Amino acid sequence: MSKTFSVGGIHPKDNKISVGAAIENFPLMETAYISMSQHLGAPAEPLVAKGDKVKAGQLIAKANGFISANIHSSVSGTVSAIELLPDLAGNLVQHVVVKVEGDEWDEKIDRSPEIVREIKLSPSEIITKIADCGIVGLGGAAFPTHIKLSPPPGKKAEYLVMNGAECEPYLTSDYRIMLENPEEILIGTRIMMIALGVKKAYVGIEDNKPKAIRKMKELCSKQYRDIKIVSLQKKYPQGGEKQLIDAILGRQVPSMGLPIDTGVVVQNVGTALAVYEAVQKNKPLFEGVVTVTGKCMTEQRNFRMRVGTTFESMLFAVGGFPKDAEKLVSGGPMMGKAVARIEAASVKSTSALLLLTEEETKRKPEANCIRCAKCVDACPMGLEPFLLNRLSRAGRIDDLEVNMVQDCIECGSCLYVCPANIPLLDTIRLSKASVLKIMRSRPKK
Amino acid sequence: MKKLIVSPAPHLHGKETTKSLMRDVVIALVPSLLVSVYYFGFSAIKLALVGIATAVLVEYVIQRYIVKTKITVNDYSAALTGLLLSLNLPPNSPWWIMFIGSVVAIGIAKMTFGGVGQNLFNPALVGRVFLLVSFPVIMTDYSIPTSWFREGIDAGSGATALSIVKEGLAKGMTMDQIFSQNEFSYAQMLFSKIGGSVGEVSAFALILGFIYLLIRKVIKPHIPLAIVGTVVVFSGIFWLIDPTHYTDPMFNVLTGGILIGSIFMATDYVTSPMSNKGMIVYGVGIGVITMLIRNWGAYPEGISFAILILNACVPLINMYFKPVRFGKGVKHG
Repeated sequence: MSKTFSVGGIHPKDNKISVGAAIENFPLMETAYISMSQHLGAPAEPLVAKGDKVKAGQLIAKANGFISANIHSSVSGTVSAIELLPDLAGNLVQHVVVKVEGDEWDEKIDRSPEIVREIKLSPSEIITKIADCGIVGLGGAAFPTHIKLSPPPGKKAEYLVMNGAECEPYLTSDYRIMLENPEEILIGTRIMMIALGVKKAYVGIEDNKPKAIRKMKELCSKQYRDIKIVSLQKKYPQGGEKQLIDAILGRQVPSMGLPIDTGVVVQNVGTALAVYEAVQKNKPLFEGVVTVTGKCMTEQRNFRMRVGTTFESMLFAVGGFPKDAEKLVSGGPMMGKAVARIEAASVKSTSALLLLTEEETKRKPEANCIRCAKCVDACPMGLEPFLLNRLSRAGRIDDLEVNMVQDCIECGSCLYVCPANIPLLDTIRLSKASVLKIMRSRPKK
Repeated sequence: MKKLIVSPAPHLHGKETTKSLMRDVVIALVPSLLVSVYYFGFSAIKLALVGIATAVLVEYVIQRYIVKTKITVNDYSAALTGLLLSLNLPPNSPWWIMFIGSVVAIGIAKMTFGGVGQNLFNPALVGRVFLLVSFPVIMTDYSIPTSWFREGIDAGSGATALSIVKEGLAKGMTMDQIFSQNEFSYAQMLFSKIGGSVGEVSAFALILGFIYLLIRKVIKPHIPLAIVGTVVVFSGIFWLIDPTHYTDPMFNVLTGGILIGSIFMATDYVTSPMSNKGMIVYGVGIGVITMLIRNWGAYPEGISFAILILNACVPLINMYFKPVRFGKGVKHG
C-alpha cells in the first residue's frame, strides 16, 4: 500500500503525456543568456567582462552573500555583453550574454559515461565542492544546496528524504532521470548522506511511475541498502517538503518550522543527480532536463538543456508556437510561473515549458462563496482558505495571523477546487506576505 | 507577436462548479421524486413543478427588477430549494401552499441575505416551517391523494406514524397497543411509508440519493451519520429504559423526516459548518434537539426546527471548531 500525507490534497489529472520521450540533447543555441539570479538569495557577482573567452563549466559569477550560489558558463564562446535583461516575468535581471563558439568544456570535467561509485571526499569537502559547483535545489525553490546540507548549530539531521514524487501534472523530467540515471541519483543521495552524517535516506516516488520505482528498488536492494524507495499515492502536493516528510516518516513540521526541526533534510532527485555530477565528475550545474509539453502540441519532449536557453528557442525546437497555445508556463501547472517574455532564458531550476490553451487555463468569473468547504478539505496545511480570503480582502492582518495564513505553502489546491472560481490563493498570497513581514519585524525572543 | 495570458499559479482549474454541485443534489433527489410520483401521482408532479418554477421565478424577478444584479437562476440552487420544499410537504397540499412556501424560501430566506451563499438559514426549511406554523391544518394532513397508477389504499391514514404514536401515548396507550392497532412495519417504512411528506415515502430512495452524493463527493458523510447516530443513541437509551412509552431507534430513524432532513437539508453547504469536527458537533446538536422535541415538545417531528436552530449556531461552530492544522499535535521527530 502506497503512503501519502495526512491532511488535505487534491487529485488533478496527471496528464504526463511526455513520459515516453527519452531525454535528448537540446541543440546548442547561438547565444546563451545566463541570469545572475538563478537561485533564492542575492544575485551572483559577475567575474567576466565583455570580450572574455569562456568555456562550458567555467565559473563566470561568484556567490554574493550567505544565501547565494556560484554560476558557471553553460557554453563556450565570447562574452558579448553583461546587461540587464527581462526574466520570464519581465523583471530586469543582470545577465551574462555569451556568443556561442563551438562546445569546449572546462578540462577538469570528466565527460566519460562511466559511473564513478567510490566517494572519496569528506563531508566538509563535499559541501565545499557543492558550493563551488553552484548546485541549487531543483525542486522549484532553487535554494542553494550547500546551505541546506549544513544544518544550523544545535540541529541534527537524522534522515535524508529525496523527492521523486513529481506530483505536478505534466512534468516528466524527474521521472526520466530516475529511469535513465537511477544509479547516479542514488550515488548523489549517498554523497548528501555523507555530508549530513545520516545513516538512512528515503526516496519518495508516486505510484504513477511504477517503472521508476521498480528500477530504483532493484538497485537499492543490491548496492544501496541504506536508501529506501517509498511508493507514494498519486496526490498533489505530495512533493511539498512538509507533505513528503509526513507521507514517508509520519512526522509533521511545526508551524513556521523547517524540515530540520523534525530531523529531516529534503532534496530533489534532480538535485541528487547534479550533486553526483559535481562531486564525482567535477561538473558544475549548467544544464538540466526540461520537459516541453502541452496538449496543444504534436510532440512531447524531454530535453537535456543548457542554462540560458530562451523559451523562444524551445518553442522553435518543437515546431514553433502552436496556434491555440495561449499561456506558457515555466514549471508545472500548479505552481509554475506564467511566462510573460518568450525571449527570457531558462535557469538552473527550470523543469518544464508547458503550453496551455485558453480553454485549459482560463479562469471563470468569480461567483459567491457557497461555503462548500472544498477548499478546507483540499488545503494540505489544514487551513481555511475561504476564511483567509475573506480576512485578506478585509485587510484583517491580526486575524490572518491567528488563522495561520503564514503556514500557506501556496500550492494552489484551494483555487483549483473552488466551484465558485474565487481567486483564493491570489488574495491569500498577498496577505501572507504582509503577515510574514510583520512577524519577522518583531524582536526575537 | 501574439499576446500571452499571464496570471498567477495555479494554471489549471478543477471541473466542479456551483452549478455542477447543485445539479448533482437535484439528481440525487430523482429516486425519491420518482417514488413519490408512483405513490402520489399528479399531486407530486404538481408540487414539484410549482415549487421549482416559483423558486426560479422569484429569484429571477428579485435579481432582475429589485436588486438589479447578476442573474444566477441557472445555477440550479433556486430550483433545488423549490424541489426540496415540494418534497417536504404533505402529498395532498394545494398548489398555492407550495407557491407561498417557495416565495418565502427564496424571497425571504435566501434573497434578503444576498442570494446564494449568503443566507444564514436553509431556505427550503424556512419555507417549510413558515407553512407549518401558518397553515397547521393543511401541513399536518397526511392523507394520501389518489394516484394515476394505483388507488390510494391507505387513503384513510391522515397522520404520520410519529403523530399517531404521540396521540396514542397522550391517550395512555402503550407502544405495543399503538403498533398493533396501526400495523406499522419496517418494510413498509423502508420502501413505502404510511403517512409522511412527499419525499420520504421511501427511505430506500433517499439512501440511494445519499450514496450518489457520497460517490460524487458532493457531501461528506459526517453530518448525516452524526444526526442518525445521535437519534439512535438518544432514542435507544429511552427505549431500553421504558419500551412501552418510547419508540425504538429504528422507528425514530425511519420516520418524521430524519433521513431527508439529515441527507438533504442539514448538509446544505451554505448553512452547515466547514470543518469535520464542526460538522459532527452540528449533527449531534440536530439529533439531540430533534429527540427533545419528539419526546417532550409540542410537535411530533422536530428535525426542521432542530436544523434551523443549529443553522444559527454555525458561525459560532466555525469559530470554535477549526480543521486539524498540519503540524499541530503530531510528534515533531
